[in-house]
This record gives sequence, structure tokens and C-alpha cells, in this order.
Amino acid sequence: MTSMQQLYLLVPLAPLAGALIAGLAGRAIGRSGAHWVTIIGVAIAFFASVVIFIDVMNGNVFNGSVYTWLTSGETRFEIGFLIDRLTVLMMVVVTFVSLMVHIYTIGYMADDPGYQRFFSYIALFTFSMLMLVMSNNFVQLFFGWEAVGLVSYLLIGFWYTRPTAIYANLKAFLVNRVGDFGFLLGIGLILANFGTLDYASVFAQAPGMAKTSIELFPGAPWMLLSVICICLFIGAMGKSAQFPLHVWLPDSMEGPTPISALIHAATMVTAGIFMVSRMSPLFELSDAALSFVLVIGGITAFFMSLIAVVQYDIKRVIAYSTLSQLGYMTVALGASAYSVGMFHLATHAFFKAVLFLGAGSVIIAMHHEQDMRKMGGLRKYMPITYLTMLIGALANAGLPPFAGFFSKDSILEAVHLSHTPGAGFAYLMVLLGVFVGGLYSFRLIFYTFHGEERFRAQAAGHGHDAGHAAGKDEHGHGDHGHEPHETPAVVTWPLILLAIPSIAAGWTIGTVLYGGYFGSAIYISPEHEGLAEMAHEYHGVITMMLHGLTSLPFWFALSGAVTAWYLYIVKPELPGVLRQKLSFLVNILMEKYGFDRFNDWFFAGGARAIGGGLWKFGDVTIIDGFMVNGAARVVGWISSLVRLFQSGYIYHYAFTMIIGVFVLLTLWFGQA
Amino acid sequence: MNSTPWLSLTIWIPILFGLAVLMFSDRHAALVRKLSLVGALFGLAVSIPLYVGFNTQTSAMQFVEFSRWIPRFNINYNLGVDGISLLFILLNSFITVLVVLAGWESIQKRVAQYMAAFLIMSGLLNGVFAALDAMLFYVFFEATLIPMYLVIGVWGGPNRVYAAVKFFLYTLLGSLLMLVAFLYLFDQSGGSFSILDWHKLPIAMTPQILLFFAFFLAFAVKVPMWPVHTWLPDAHVEAPTGGSAVLAAILLKLGAYGFIRFSLPVLPDASHALSGFMIALSLIAVVYIGLVAIAQTDMKKLIAYSSIAHMGFVTLGFFIFNAYGMEGALVQMVSHGFVSAAMFLCVGVMYDRMHSRNIADYGGVVNTMPKFAALMMLFAMANCGLPATSGFVGEFMVILGAVKYNFWIGFLAATTLIFGAAYTLWMYKRVIFGAVANDHVAKLKDIGAREFLVLALLALAVLGMGLYPQPFTEVMHASVNDLLQHLTVSKL
Repeated sequence: MTSMQQLYLLVPLAPLAGALIAGLAGRAIGRSGAHWVTIIGVAIAFFASVVIFIDVMNGNVFNGSVYTWLTSGETRFEIGFLIDRLTVLMMVVVTFVSLMVHIYTIGYMADDPGYQRFFSYIALFTFSMLMLVMSNNFVQLFFGWEAVGLVSYLLIGFWYTRPTAIYANLKAFLVNRVGDFGFLLGIGLILANFGTLDYASVFAQAPGMAKTSIELFPGAPWMLLSVICICLFIGAMGKSAQFPLHVWLPDSMEGPTPISALIHAATMVTAGIFMVSRMSPLFELSDAALSFVLVIGGITAFFMSLIAVVQYDIKRVIAYSTLSQLGYMTVALGASAYSVGMFHLATHAFFKAVLFLGAGSVIIAMHHEQDMRKMGGLRKYMPITYLTMLIGALANAGLPPFAGFFSKDSILEAVHLSHTPGAGFAYLMVLLGVFVGGLYSFRLIFYTFHGEERFRAQAAGHGHDAGHAAGKDEHGHGDHGHEPHETPAVVTWPLILLAIPSIAAGWTIGTVLYGGYFGSAIYISPEHEGLAEMAHEYHGVITMMLHGLTSLPFWFALSGAVTAWYLYIVKPELPGVLRQKLSFLVNILMEKYGFDRFNDWFFAGGARAIGGGLWKFGDVTIIDGFMVNGAARVVGWISSLVRLFQSGYIYHYAFTMIIGVFVLLTLWFGQA
Repeated sequence: MNSTPWLSLTIWIPILFGLAVLMFSDRHAALVRKLSLVGALFGLAVSIPLYVGFNTQTSAMQFVEFSRWIPRFNINYNLGVDGISLLFILLNSFITVLVVLAGWESIQKRVAQYMAAFLIMSGLLNGVFAALDAMLFYVFFEATLIPMYLVIGVWGGPNRVYAAVKFFLYTLLGSLLMLVAFLYLFDQSGGSFSILDWHKLPIAMTPQILLFFAFFLAFAVKVPMWPVHTWLPDAHVEAPTGGSAVLAAILLKLGAYGFIRFSLPVLPDASHALSGFMIALSLIAVVYIGLVAIAQTDMKKLIAYSSIAHMGFVTLGFFIFNAYGMEGALVQMVSHGFVSAAMFLCVGVMYDRMHSRNIADYGGVVNTMPKFAALMMLFAMANCGLPATSGFVGEFMVILGAVKYNFWIGFLAATTLIFGAAYTLWMYKRVIFGAVANDHVAKLKDIGAREFLVLALLALAVLGMGLYPQPFTEVMHASVNDLLQHLTVSKL
């Protein structure tokens, strides 16, 4: 094993070691021991990732196996790594955000009794996510895929005494399982048709499979690759929370805020985006799948952003914003602009982490209050949080020169240039979404940090927050009268360190998108080359910003921000009036289009009812009642008849015997 | 070839220890427990040379022992293992140790009889897996019913007699036709009870079909397959913890083992002809039983139904006739041995403290039993087939094999991803998570060292097999390949 290969192994194993030590020996090493051991583990992973990043930039790519997990028939299932430019980008983003979140957690979870457990989980998450992105085959991909789902489940339900949290984590797991169901079928189809689950061999065979069709329904041949890609994408819809499997993500906000930032915004939910980019050699061969991706992404991008506008819970606003931004990434994938999707993934990881961690900082300052109606005017009490969140919001809205502008604008451009069916619809969706994005981002900022200071009035009333108080009451809610204050350095420093790339990450656009950064890691078929056209028109960061100022998306985003300013600063009474006037629409949005209600009633209730019915009727009545015990009753009935012959009177027996002998003799001698 | 009769030792050592402890009364309970543990450990120790000395390159029977038993009918004491049966002997010897440990404190009455029943059962079960003579197989197969009948009937719950009789009659009636089939095959083969001889015996289609159904009744009841499964939830609910663990972990495997040892190789043409029927029943087990499990309110019933659903994967894997399915099914059998035993032991841990199996009586157990909750989380995840646990490997391979065989069969099989997670985690949520539900839960004590040891050993097995299943599968390759090869050749 070369030293580079040892380094590859070190990247996932260092956080794993941290997780195991903090998890198994948490009591022995204490609180500070737990955060040190995991932070060191993740820091090692981060620095090793940087070294690997530089090595890969120098042209070294690695694809090899670590060990043979299983052999079945002629197929070997391996655990192995593929280290290319796509992988290292994810490795650096994941380990960096994870490191920041680890440090931040010291402050955020300071009073929580589950401190060690929390560090163990987030380090375990980092390991799982790294295994996912570093995989060179589908088995390990699925392994990481499910493992991050497990940690997400554990962390959403971290405060396990809260009914809402344990409802949310079960829901998240089950909805993700629906996605995994499709994903696994896709993997099965790949193995059945390609005979291997190794990326490289699958991709090499893919062009030869482009014309193969499969008849799932007799008489309706479908393209094999379309079926495979749609199955795989269903997995991505679960993990990356795309419509209609998005329902779990807003509820996942029941988990502690650091993991909302790490798992449910920056990294895990982008696994689907990463996976589709990784599978570009397959998706590129199926226009049907790409259209599907475009439409799903478009729906998610626009309709989820609308919900963000009506939410009052600061974390839920960001959660719906995340859904919408994931929709943007998905749209980029559908437009064959994988590198743009990945670019937005990276910039979004930074600015969304800032927004979430900033929201967490606000929540600490407000003593675990999440309702924005009880905030307002916080900017002078928490300047660092304010500034960093403002940067996050500007980036989220897609205004130059912040990172989100470059990636979002490129997505719009790429979709505009795409000729894949559905691109027109998706373009409309993402364009409208830009306006809404500006609106909800600045609604959040204005509502929280500007305007009237509403937190003083709320010292007594606490109806809404009853659920949140259950898990961690150490702060006590009596001290609401105190002035809010800036959070400690372990909280603000990660914010600052994440705010920097939230501005600057966008300026790497020239290299990432147009400098051939991804090289051969992403494949784009010649007829989908919208990106080349964009590269042709790209003349540097400054020019792009200047050009941006004259383009439609910029004005959409700006007018969204101005609308928010008008509604929440200039005429703060107006939103209430609008809510009443538009109560029908607002109700639809507050009901989240009715998905939760429908799923609870139809799927959860339906499964319980069918299960109960099958049990009571099928098992208890038919099989047990009629067949099993029925058979016993028949035996009982026959034996009760037979019992009549055993009367106990000797003359009955004697008589029967004589008749028997008579019959026998007749048969025997009567034949003649 | 090793001259030590290792297989005989794995059979007779536990039985002898079982007979030995029977001599003591409850006054010597402490001694009985220790002696039983020694017997179980000894049984495990003598099964290890089987794995170490096993030659993975051949599908031939190994560690073969042969001596005449009833020469008049050519019935022989003929033992041997291949890559298929080996794993089950190891699994059985391992589970026996855990069961002895698990009954350490919870069984206070008739300790000797309880321990003896399990030790004797362990030996008999090893006998089933090692037998190469059909009559020997039959004797062991039926003899295992007696200790389990007693375990349920004596140490079971309130409705134990109904459950024990149901269990006994169901499985006994099922296997009577198997005896008829054996006699027919004895006649056809010119007077041989050797299973390996029967593998080579040409049989016409009609008798093959009839024989298939005769075997089917015996084995389907044991697996159990839908619709002859209703004895299992009753038996599990009433059985003591150890009984449930062995029942789920090993006894159910006898049925599946019967399919792979008799039905498939002896009757390949009937197996092919009736594969649609078998697949349909297996999928009903996965989907129908999966839904039924969601509706359960009794933890043991829920796990019993989940067992049936998981065993559906085993029979599905057998009858799709490819390596993924076959090996996946075998892996699933071993994994289910670990996971179902662990789940039943977990319920036992709670039952010992609360004397209730009712989900509604629990809630918030994690607050008072955090260590236990963590271990049970692992087993629950294994039960939903999460990667890195053993539960994943078998399901994954069977689903892959099923998709290869037919997309829609794979589709239905893969619904277990959703149903399995739904019933397992919903139960876990209601029992373990939440605020402390009542005073009884508030008074719970976390698991002690002995309980921890038992569950931790199973946890290691579950994780080890999930992270590195290769050592489990490499022993079975040669035998599975040979069987698949054998299945492609018609016997008509």
C-alpha cells in the first residue's frame, strides 16, 4: 500500500475511530474527551482530504479495492475507493463543514446530557458520508447511503423523549426507505444486466446498453437505461428530499440544530445530487430519465420555496429553503449540467450551513425559542450572527458577489440552454423560485434581526414551545427577560469560517465549471453540451457579475428582497392583512399542500388497516378458525361418533363381533 | 480426512451433558447451570474443528462417518457435512451457549429439566444437519419436537398447552407424509436410504410432483410458509425466551434445510415446475405477513411474524435458481438465526422485568435502560436489513437474485425494505423511545453483565457478518454451485 492509499483509508477511519471511542467509552473520557477525540478525528480527515485534493489536482486518480466483501457465483462485491475530482470535492466539503459543526456543537450542546452521544453520532455520520462519496461500487454506495440514513434517524430522534422528534425520525426513515426501495431495484437491474456493480465496468458497458430495452409490462418495451436511471433517481428523491418524497425533511428539524446544518442541509441531503452526478455516464444515455429529473426538480424548487414564505419557525424556513435549493441542484442534473449541480451543492453547503448555524446561534440566544414572531431587532445584540447570516441570506437569494449567485445563475443559464424535454417547465419553475428565494431569505433576516424587539413581550407565554422544552430544559425559560447576547466563540468562529466560502466559493466558477475541473469524472453526451456554450460566453468573474446585473434572475431575486423589505420593514402590518386576504392560499401552504395529512391517512393508516384486516380475517378467522381449529373440530366430531360404539356393554361388543364374523365369512366363502 | 468423529461429538456431547444434568434436582440449580454451560461450551468447541478443517474447494461431504445401524433395512448411521449444513451446526452450537446463559436467572423451577431439554435439543438438531441417511434424518427431525414441546408446555405462558399441542400436531402431521415419501424413495432406489443416492435417482414427473408435495407439507410447516404458519406466533408467544430463541434461530431452519437437502436435489424437475407456486407463497410471506406484523400489539407476535417474513426470503432465494438467490437464502438463514434470537432475547430481557409483552405497557425504556436500548437498536436495524448488519446481506442478495430472475418478483420482495422498517422501528419507537410511560418503566434496571454478554456476543456476530460476510459464503460456494449445476440436469 502506498502512502497515498494509506491516506485514503485514514480519511474515513479517523472519524470512525473518534465515533467509536466517544460512543463506547463516552463516560470514561468525559465530555471534553468526547469532543476532542471526535474533533481530532474529523480534523485528520479534513487535512488528509486537502492533501488528497492537491494530489488529485496533480492528476492522480485512484480506483482500487480494499477488501472483498462477498463473493457470490461469479460476482465479487468489493469494498473499495474511487478517488477522482468529483470525490475529492465532496471529501473536502464534507470534512470541512463537519469540522465546523463539530466545533460549533461544543457551544450548542454545552448543557445537553447526551453530549458524548451526540459527538459520537456526528463523527459516525462523517464516516458514513465519506464511505458513500469515496465508493467505487454500488454496494458500498448503498452501504453509505443507508448508514447516513441511520445516523440521520438517530439524530432527528436525539431528544427521544419528545413525541414530535420520535415521530419525525420514524417518518424520515420510512420515507427514505421508499426511496431506497427504488434505489435497490435500480442496483438489482444493473447487476442483472451488466453482471457487475463496479462503477468503472458498468460505465464502460453503458454505451453498449443504450439500445437495450426491457419489457416490464408485456408489449411495452422500455429502454433499460431509462428504467435503471429512474429507479436510481427514486433513491435520490428520498435522500435529497425531492417531491413527493420531500415530506421528511421539514420534520427533521426536530433534531438539534448542528445536525440540521450538517446532515439536513450541507451534506447528507446532497448525496442524491452527488449520486446522480456520479452516474452521469448512465443518465446521459436516457433522455426520459433526464426529463423526469428536470420535472421533479422544477416542482421541488418552486413549490417548496413558497412554503418557506409562510413559516414562522426559523429552522423550518431554512428547511423549506433547503428543499427548494435541492430542487435547483436536481434541475441542473436534469439539464445535464452535472458540474453546475455539484458547484451549487458546494456553495450551498457553505451558505446553508451558515444559515442553519446562525439560526442555532439565535436559538441559543433566545433560550431555545424558534418562533420568529418572538424575535426581531436582534442585530444589535448579536452582530456577528447577524452579519454572517446576512451573508448566507444574500448567497441563498443568489445576489452577486456572493457564492449562491454564481451557482444559481449558472443553473438558470444551463436549464435555459437545455433541449431536454421538460426544460422549459423547469426553467419557469426555477426562475419564479428565484423571486420567492429572495423573498423568504430576507423575510427571515428582517423578521429576526430588524424591526421591533418582540422578545420582551413574550417572557411569560410559552404555549408553542412546550415540545421543545421537554428535552433540554437546563436554560430554563424563566430568564427570558434578560437581554439576548452574542454567542460564545466556539459558535461564532465556525460561522465566520463558513461565511468566508459563502462569499468566495463562487469565484472559483471559472475553474470548476469552465476550466474542465471535473475532467473525466463527469460524462456529458455531445447532444447535451449546453455547458460548452456557457463556457464560450464566460469571461471571468467580474464580467459575469456585471452581466448578471442586466439579466432576469438578478432582478427577480432583488425584487423578492425588496418585497420582503417592504412587507416586513416598511409596512409590518401588511403581512397580517395579506394573510387574511389570501387565507385560502396561505392555508394550502400551511398545510404543506396536504401531503402529510394524505400520507398519514393513506399510507400509514392504510398499511395498519390492511395489516390488521389480513391478520384478523386471514390468519385468525380463515386459517386458524376455519382450517386449523376446523380440522380439529372435524376430528373431534368424528371421534364423538366413533365413541358411540364404545358403549361399555359387553353384549354390544359381542353382537358387533358376530355381525363382523358373519360379514367376513360371507365375503370369504361367498365368492365361490 | 480427519479420524476424530467430530460430527458425532457435536451430536452426542450436548446430549450426554443433557442427560447428566437431569440427575440433579433444583437444590443443585447452581451446579446444574454451570454444568450446562460447560456442556454447551464443549459442544461449541467440538464444532469449531469442522470450520477450521473444512475444505472449501469441494462440494463432497466431509467429516463423513459411517456405521451400520439397522442392516435389515439398510439404515445406517451415516454423517457428513457440506458447505450448506456446516454453517447450521456452528450456528446451533453457538446459539445453545447463549440460550443456556439467557436462562440463567429467569428459570428458577425445574432448572435441570430446562437445561437438559435445550442441550438434548442442540445435539438432536446437529444430528438433523449432519445426517446423510434419510431414516437417521427422520429420527432426529422428529425427535427435536419432543424437547421443544416440553419447553413450551412446561415453562411457557398461560396458554402454553394450546400452543404446545398446536405446535406438536401441526409439525408432526406435516412430517408424516415425508416418511411415506422416504419409503417410496427407498423402494425406488432399490433399498437405499442414503440421501446422496437419492440425489442421483431418476424419477418420473408424476411421482416427482407427488413427492414434492409430501416434502412440501413437512418442510413448509417448519419454515413456516404461508398458509401453514399460524402455529408459530402462538408457539412463540407462549414459549419461554430461550425456547423462542431456539425456535426462531434453529428449528425454523430445519424446514428450509429440508428443501435444500431433499426437495431441490432429489426432485429437480418438480422443483422447476412448481417454482412459481413456491415463489408466490414466499412473496405472500414477505408482503402479507409484513403487513400483518405492522398490526401486532404483542412484541413476541410481532417478531414471530417478522420471522415468517424473513423466512419468506429464504424460500424465495431457493426457488429462483441462481447463485445470488441461493447463497443469499443461506446467508439469510444464518443471519436470521442471530437476529431473531437477539430480538427474542431482547423481549425476554424486558419480560423478565415487566412480565408483559404488550407494546402498550411500555414506552421510554431508553430512559432507564440506555445500554439495553443501544443494543436493541442494533438488532432492530439488523431486522430491517440495514447494511453493515447481517440482516442486509441475505436480503440484498436475494433481492438482487430476484430482480435478475424477474423484475416484478424483485419488486415485491424489495417491499420488505419498507414493511420491515415500518413494523420494527414503529415497535422500537413505542417501546423504547419517548418519555417514561409509567411507574413500572421508571423502576426498570439496565441489563446486568450476563445479559450484556449474551447480547454483545450476538451484536458482534451481527456486525461481523454484515461487515465481512465473505468467510460465511466462501464455505458454501462449492456446494451451492454443485447444487445449481445439479438442478439444471433433468431426472426424467
